Amino acid sequence: MEMLRFATAGSVDDGKSTLIGRLLYDAKTIFEDQFEAVEKASIQMGAEYTNLALLTDGLRAEREQGITIDVAYRYFATPRRKFIIADTPGHIQYTRNMVTGASTADLAIVLIDARKGVLEQSKRHAFLASLLRIPHLVLAVNKMDLVDYDQGRFEALRHEFRDFAAKLNIADLAFIPVSALHGDNIVDRSANMSWYQGPSLLHHLEEVHIASDRNLIDARFPVQYVIRPQSDDYHDYRGYAGTVAGGVFRTGDEVTVLPSGFRSTVKSIETFDGPVDEAFSPMAVTIRINDEIDVSRGDMIVRPNNQPTVAQDIDAMVCWMNERISLRPGSRLVIKHTTRSTKVIVRDLSYLLDVNTLHRDESAAALSLNEIGRVQLRSQAPLFFDEYRRNRQTGSFVLIDEATNVTVGAGMILGSAS
Amino acid sequence: MRMSFDLTHLRQLEAESVHIFREVAAEFENPCLLFSGGKDSIVMLHIAQKAFWPAKLPFAVMHVDTGHNFAEVLEFRDRRIAELGARLVVASVQEAIDAGMVTEETGPRASRNRLQTAVLLDAIERHRFDALFGGARRDEEKARAKERVYSFRDEFGQWDPKNQRPELWSLYNGRIRMGEHIRVFPISNYTELDVWQYIKDEQIEIPSVYFAHQREVFERDSMLLSTGPYITLMDGEEPFIERVRYRTVGDMSCTGAVESSADTVDKIIEEVAATRITERGATRADDKVSEAAMEDRKKEGYF
Repeated sequence: MEMLRFATAGSVDDGKSTLIGRLLYDAKTIFEDQFEAVEKASIQMGAEYTNLALLTDGLRAEREQGITIDVAYRYFATPRRKFIIADTPGHIQYTRNMVTGASTADLAIVLIDARKGVLEQSKRHAFLASLLRIPHLVLAVNKMDLVDYDQGRFEALRHEFRDFAAKLNIADLAFIPVSALHGDNIVDRSANMSWYQGPSLLHHLEEVHIASDRNLIDARFPVQYVIRPQSDDYHDYRGYAGTVAGGVFRTGDEVTVLPSGFRSTVKSIETFDGPVDEAFSPMAVTIRINDEIDVSRGDMIVRPNNQPTVAQDIDAMVCWMNERISLRPGSRLVIKHTTRSTKVIVRDLSYLLDVNTLHRDESAAALSLNEIGRVQLRSQAPLFFDEYRRNRQTGSFVLIDEATNVTVGAGMILGSAS
Repeated sequence: MRMSFDLTHLRQLEAESVHIFREVAAEFENPCLLFSGGKDSIVMLHIAQKAFWPAKLPFAVMHVDTGHNFAEVLEFRDRRIAELGARLVVASVQEAIDAGMVTEETGPRASRNRLQTAVLLDAIERHRFDALFGGARRDEEKARAKERVYSFRDEFGQWDPKNQRPELWSLYNGRIRMGEHIRVFPISNYTELDVWQYIKDEQIEIPSVYFAHQREVFERDSMLLSTGPYITLMDGEEPFIERVRYRTVGDMSCTGAVESSADTVDKIIEEVAATRITERGATRADDKVSEAAMEDRKKEGYF
């Protein structure tokens, strides 16, 4: 069975929680005791019907305030695929949560209310999905029941959104008219919208082609941990454990180890279940090489004729995630990139990007919570990276504040800075 | 013929877990794996073994022992630890009671559940553990759906759901100060069904109480509890023999059995796929206390 991770964006008003509740309920992954708890809570809150949205509003503080605080992960499966939903809140102050949920997603569902149309918020969600390079985007036009399942309304919204999306980098865009409350086009095609010839939402999630989304070209193996059993049976064993972050490694391949530049060949690719002939993303394996050269955590094994950029000056888009401190030129931070951690200093902030209008503010002096900007960093030790659009693993990093140890920023590499 | 570049969901989940184990082992000084004898911690231990093979586990295994154990589970624990050549640390609730560190509840509904938290936090401090692997899954319970893979705990061992660190891609922030620690959940993304399918695929041995067997039980709060030395019957509670199995294994005095005839892993998978009640809802008296029971206990430092 394949696995698909998707993120949902939209506010409570768009019916996002109801949509997820509906998917889980119709896919029969809501259990009786969960449903009973929700029924009970609905009655306590004075609701007239069982509020499926409560299925996903987990923490007491959220239920009391009727908002979603944090990314929540939900699970369901059909005979075809296992799904992991990153359910992210839609309010403007929670951009960081959407970015978090989007970072691992194969697909994003942006939800809009058919009556309200394409709001600033919907555009923001689509922009974030494209910034995080989610390969597939679905615009779910919800509450179609409240516009009499009108095809004209759906088509108008589709055109409006398509015009906006043309400015973004979205590889695959689908439009589906739904009613989460009544279940139209969620699992089965709706009898109320015979004019719609496309798949139901669930059918689309089951069928969308994701196998080509990975990078199988640029071989990248960040060394995570060195395995040295030092036992009688494995006296001289030395293996480099890690997760393949791109491309394919095969036994016998010529390899270069960064940063030393030493060359060797792959002796074997090993796992607990026995050796394998080849390893690709996201397999977690142990690579052994034929020459005794010094390799440690933070190094990267690559192919000699296809190497990542090695640089200390990095140009990146950064989403700032902290309310107490802000990012400004001169800020000193810790960067975690693949299995490397080192210090960085912020050299420059080129511009702050308005996520609603895509306007670039070049006069901005700092990045604050939920703001996104283009930043140049200088690292203490060189990093081995690819552009984020080419490789989400070797093109991403997080920034950590040394004083509080909190993760304060998320970055997507554009290239090396001159 | 060459293999395809597809990985099944179970292989992808396993790879993610292996990555997490190695990351923690690389970045922390003194991690420890919390082992309850339940299927989730057995699966976790199995993946840990795979992550570091052919080396032994680079960390200790800790059992927070309430003293109310299923004999089969203790036997299983000791055998498995010996096979792995791992180091076992037992944090005993009974010893903590004897030493006057905690006070035992009394009465027929007495539970050692809450006492576990204090005993766990004490052991963390005593052994200076800085990262603890737990077998919690996000599909188990609402409060867990929002838990990070690396769950940061302050010097009092407490969880603050509103102040969690953002967690992006597979980049985990393991920086802590002295006295603080993190809880790590390598199998966060497994569902109950994934766990059972993985047990089947990997042919992982599990304690016999998970399979259908005849047991003397009685009904309390619409759950079937086992009779035994750790529990006192209340008026009107009549023991009877039933064919049951356990869906979760924990403290014997508050873990319920379910009626079942599933005596093989295949039959359990069939049963889990068809079931309509969550495993915690069906079998854990401790979660029934209030709707936010788990949220509250987690904040206090429970696993």
